[in-house]
Amino acid sequence: MSENSKFTARNLNLYYGDFHALKNINFEIEANKITALIGPSGCGKSTFLKTLNRMNDFVEGCKIEGDVLLDGKDIYKTDMSAIELRQRVGMVFQQPNPFPKSIYENVAYGPRIRGIKKKSELDEIVETSLREVGIWDEFKDRLHKSALGLSGGQQQRLCIARTVAVHPEVVLMDEPTSALDPISTMKIEDLAVEMKKKYTIVIVTHNMQQANRISDTTAFFLLGELIETGATKDLFLNPKNKKTEEYITGRFG
Amino acid sequence: MTEIKNEQTKDLTPSRGLIGRAKAVDRIWTVVFYLVALFFLLLLFAFAGYVIIKGFAGATPEMFRFDRNGIGNYFFNTIYLVFLSLLISVPIGVMGGIYMAEYAKDNAFTKFLRIAIETLSSLPSIVVGLFGYLIFLVATHSQPSLLAGSICVAILSLPLMTTTTEDALRSLPPSYKLGSLGMGATLRQTIQSVLIPACVPRIITGVILAAGRGFGEAAALLYTSGSDTNIKWNPHAWINPSLNPFNPLRRGGTLSLKTWSSFTASVGAEDVANLSAAILMILVLSFSLLAHYLEGRIRKKMGDTK
Repeated sequence: MSENSKFTARNLNLYYGDFHALKNINFEIEANKITALIGPSGCGKSTFLKTLNRMNDFVEGCKIEGDVLLDGKDIYKTDMSAIELRQRVGMVFQQPNPFPKSIYENVAYGPRIRGIKKKSELDEIVETSLREVGIWDEFKDRLHKSALGLSGGQQQRLCIARTVAVHPEVVLMDEPTSALDPISTMKIEDLAVEMKKKYTIVIVTHNMQQANRISDTTAFFLLGELIETGATKDLFLNPKNKKTEEYITGRFG
Repeated sequence: MTEIKNEQTKDLTPSRGLIGRAKAVDRIWTVVFYLVALFFLLLLFAFAGYVIIKGFAGATPEMFRFDRNGIGNYFFNTIYLVFLSLLISVPIGVMGGIYMAEYAKDNAFTKFLRIAIETLSSLPSIVVGLFGYLIFLVATHSQPSLLAGSICVAILSLPLMTTTTEDALRSLPPSYKLGSLGMGATLRQTIQSVLIPACVPRIITGVILAAGRGFGEAAALLYTSGSDTNIKWNPHAWINPSLNPFNPLRRGGTLSLKTWSSFTASVGAEDVANLSAAILMILVLSFSLLAHYLEGRIRKKMGDTK
């Protein structure tokens, strides 16, 4: 385990019932870097992402073997609860999913469930979180309007603000821009690059240009196996594995 | 190649006559459906209009009074009894719905519960009334009371509240729940702070239906709430608790019981019965309108454009 690693997966196997979805994954995710997980649909990249904050717990018949360490502590075997884990490892989903509440209430949701009640404190968190994702000026005059009235791109940035409002250490992003237009996508990408100063970011993407543009490390998954991983530049310029090369040059996908 | 293509296009394109016929049939059915809708509307207006006009035609000013002879007190009893019954059925029903949607495992026990809820929903109200009479009055040696009546009405509306809540929770996008759990919220926090607030408009619909049923309920109250009423609005009279309008343990007939009892019991009281029916109808209609307005306001606030 290297000094700087946030997550370490060791001999990780995951089954959905009889289906072997992740096969013996060994992988380190470095802190304050953007790690992109790429691969064709059904390759296990999203499944792997979900093991990092135990969202797979909600999938019936899901069984996990091996170790997943966060800062050297096994998130499945230590006394760290899934609740506690998810407070440290936040998640942004493919479809923007703001709650049917006001913009303010969406951002204040996380702090509230952690017991922060004071209005002044919540106000401050809402402002800093919205500033952090660069939407404070856009939203400050309509904080109490419903979040469902926002555009997809605005909703997704609001969801990121909601995630960072509780100061996680890691932000997982599951194809966060696949439902968005190019301009919104660009904004989210810029934001992700900005955010890595404070957070470790793991992003699943179908878009290889996106992985190439923003990530420091890229991991290529295929049929549940981690085929190749390396610095993004190296992986895209000189893929070591033939399958990686075929995928990134668009010969299958 | 091109020939085959042409042939295919030819085969798939319906003839002009066919399209014309389809359009005509479409128009006929559109008219039929409009007529059906119009029929329902007319039926409602005719019915409501008849009851209300007939009710007020035979009314005298004394009948509106809140005393022994007027129906004012029955009007109050109706609202108060439904209020009490909702106080019981809404929390229990919503919690039951939460259990069924979020906690119940897919097993034999849940199946049994579901059958029990369905059975309860089709229980004749007179049976529930008799049950209430035996349990709340005979077994406890009590007099008929608003409380006993409202429990019976609550029992009748419980299945409705449960299934409405369950359906509302199940119809929410799964992303609400995952989003909240993904932030480290517990299931209880998620239900309380995200899922239930999102369900409020639909739960209100359930409350409207439950209240509507309560307003009109007569059979379940026959043996349980007492069909007459004697209350005083002067607080000095409340030394005798049975005269206090807000005492849930007093007797209290509702408008539907008054309609029934004045029609059957005394000769020449049809006018009172008619007026009771008219007032009851107006009560149900205005409650329904008010609740829909409230539901719309909440939906708008949540940004729901449905």
